[in-house]
Amino acid sequence: MRNYPTIFASFIIIGILLGIAFYAMISIPFSEAALKWRGAEAMWEDTPRLAAPIWFNAFRSEKLSETINLTRADATITEEAVSETIREETWVFEYDFPFASLPTEIKTFFTVSAGEKAPMVTLTWVKPDGTSYKLTTMTAATGDRYSISADSKFSREQLGGEDVSTALYRTADSTEEDPVVLTGTYQLIASVYHFSPDSRIDIQFVNFGEVYGVAGTDHLRRDLTIGLLWGTPFALMFGLLGAVGSTSITFLIAAIGTWYGGFLDAAIQRICEVRLQLPTLPILIMLGTFYSRSIFLILGVIIALDIFSAGIKTYRAMFMQVKNLPYIEAARAYGASNMRIIVRYMIPKVAPVLIPNFVTLIPSFVFLEASLAVLNLGDPTAPTWGKILNDAYRNGALYRGYYYWVLEPAILLMFTGLAFSMLGFALDRIFNPRLRRV
Amino acid sequence: MAENTPELVPAEEQKKKRRGASRATARFARYAGKRTLALLVTVVIGVYLTVIIANMGGYVDELRISELTYAVNVALSSDPGFRVLPAAQKAQIRDDEMARRIEMLGLNRPFIVRSFEYLWDGLSLTLGRAQFMTSNAGSSEVKNIILERLPITVVLFVTANVLVFLVALLLALSLSRRYGSFFDRFIVAASPLSAAPPWFYGIFLIMIFASIFGILPYGGMIDAPPPQTTLAYVLSVMKHMILPLMAWFLSYLFISTFSWRTFFLIHASEDYVELAKAKGLSSKAIERRYILRPTLPTVITSFALTLIYAWQGAIITETVFSWPGLGQLYAVAIGQYETGVIVGLTVIFAYLLAITVFTLDIAYALIDPRVKLGARGGSQ
Repeated sequence: MRNYPTIFASFIIIGILLGIAFYAMISIPFSEAALKWRGAEAMWEDTPRLAAPIWFNAFRSEKLSETINLTRADATITEEAVSETIREETWVFEYDFPFASLPTEIKTFFTVSAGEKAPMVTLTWVKPDGTSYKLTTMTAATGDRYSISADSKFSREQLGGEDVSTALYRTADSTEEDPVVLTGTYQLIASVYHFSPDSRIDIQFVNFGEVYGVAGTDHLRRDLTIGLLWGTPFALMFGLLGAVGSTSITFLIAAIGTWYGGFLDAAIQRICEVRLQLPTLPILIMLGTFYSRSIFLILGVIIALDIFSAGIKTYRAMFMQVKNLPYIEAARAYGASNMRIIVRYMIPKVAPVLIPNFVTLIPSFVFLEASLAVLNLGDPTAPTWGKILNDAYRNGALYRGYYYWVLEPAILLMFTGLAFSMLGFALDRIFNPRLRRV
Repeated sequence: MAENTPELVPAEEQKKKRRGASRATARFARYAGKRTLALLVTVVIGVYLTVIIANMGGYVDELRISELTYAVNVALSSDPGFRVLPAAQKAQIRDDEMARRIEMLGLNRPFIVRSFEYLWDGLSLTLGRAQFMTSNAGSSEVKNIILERLPITVVLFVTANVLVFLVALLLALSLSRRYGSFFDRFIVAASPLSAAPPWFYGIFLIMIFASIFGILPYGGMIDAPPPQTTLAYVLSVMKHMILPLMAWFLSYLFISTFSWRTFFLIHASEDYVELAKAKGLSSKAIERRYILRPTLPTVITSFALTLIYAWQGAIITETVFSWPGLGQLYAVAIGQYETGVIVGLTVIFAYLLAITVFTLDIAYALIDPRVKLGARGGSQ
């Protein structure tokens, strides 16, 4: 172990990845993750679009605005009867805004259970310097949302056409073109007139920031954490199953072919030659386009196609040497059956060589899944790293500078690939003594 | 090996030699013929499988029917007498004509019979018209759409592979001479980097050189608008090739160099190399005659295998770099469900693989004396 520091390093990385995988599987059940990942915008109303991870702020002196999400629990609510039937309820959302950048959007969401007449809401904005704006007066029903930042009427009538977020957050002496954010305590006051005794309202106020969560969000406002977490078990499963499935079957077929020789061996050789010239990826593309993008079907086909791969020739050469060893002769003399010789005597002799091969193969399967996703052939139900990468690439993350969106899945992929291939290389040197010298 | 014996050869000897040469040529021709045949069989099997896979959902039939519908519509609408008929009668005539043609072309025969026809269609790339896509020249023939893109892919990926091959080979030779040096250890340490495919590095490279520094283009093949002079055109294409080539190098150079260096090192400890060293030959001569020459067939085979995988890697690398070749065509065809183009591309890839293998088989035969002399050895 001391001679092979890379083994140590790769064990640590693989351990961390396994940890993430188990954490994902335990903390978020797959059905929930899949639902959230597919849920598109309906499930992700109160997260900002294309926000960077929150830890970006740790490296900046001018902090980017964080998302502020306020509900009933955060509001100060007072109630007063205006007449017999009419009540006035006043919600005051008070929050601190210490950031140096403007929010991306400002919205309020209403949930109402009213009698015959919907309640009337008037929203007022109070800046830390005392300036206040009357934003709007509206009747609110369940599912209604009022986007303060996109209210063009308010902008036209009271701000002279200025962008609302800028006007609501800049200092009085800065300009619209070069706004300086006014830090301090802001207030959003909602006064609600209820017209029947059983009328009730819930208000949610969201100030969408430029940073959100541990991993940021994508173009559909989805929290990338879910995709990145659940991508880990998928990547590991795809890599392990692919590598184990294809190498072990290939190995067995090579052993059988070598042992029986003759027609069977020749047939395996010819199939292998034909197979080598079949375009694998195009076949997978056809399958994905025409039939199914299920991750398990694709994995099965990849394994099936990989059985007769170049590996068969390598293993055959090894088995050829083993086949004539004295102990095999001895087994034959005591009357061991063919299968017994293959499974009990030939395979164990060559198997150590298989281990590094198989470990080195894992990354290629992990990346194959990502490759298919980049071609838009990823499993639509599974959140995987490749699909995040694909989304990022297709939505111009590179052009528009959303590097976190590309880098997060890419770095995870890179670490997985490096860990297994470093381990494979080191194991190769241990199991192939011929390489140990060089 | 009597390759460098400059002595006077008697006339009779010369004649014998010439006869021997012609026999070697014949043997070589027979070998090439055999390989061609074997490869043709492989391509046929490959395309047949493609047809079977594509037709499992009836897609090839659909292709044929849509082609027929198009032909019937064109034929009928060019007939002025047909145009004035009432709609019901028009539909009747059209249906009758379709039924007649389906009968005539045997589309109602069992699939197993038709599959062989489709096989021929696939092999000759007679795949009808695309529904939405057109070639840059404006043709909607699947064959034209594909063939137009072929040279673009070949230019980039043959350049990339040959460059990586040569650089890796030279590097490996020089490393095997002084192994254990810093650079040698660096290559060994860097070889796990090859776990990631070129497109993956492509994304990083685009980010660094195009997005952050803005010194190289994001992708594509030429500037827009295309430069007028030939020289400027070539320069523009070369500028767009830099990033894909870099991605290719990052992904393949270290592993190729590493495996060949190891291979040469193992070979360099053979007794005959030791003997050559003891004779005091220069290291250049040892490398060329005692290391490179006997290992070249293996090197060539491994290059062939790399190439085979590389053609398929090209599909995604092109997509990432928007290189307007076959790979990008694939991505577009998948997006638009263009069955004809997808099947055609699969066939083209089968051909490309076969041509690659054939070229390298021939190179192998020229290099490996066992093939040239017709000796039966375990060359597999």
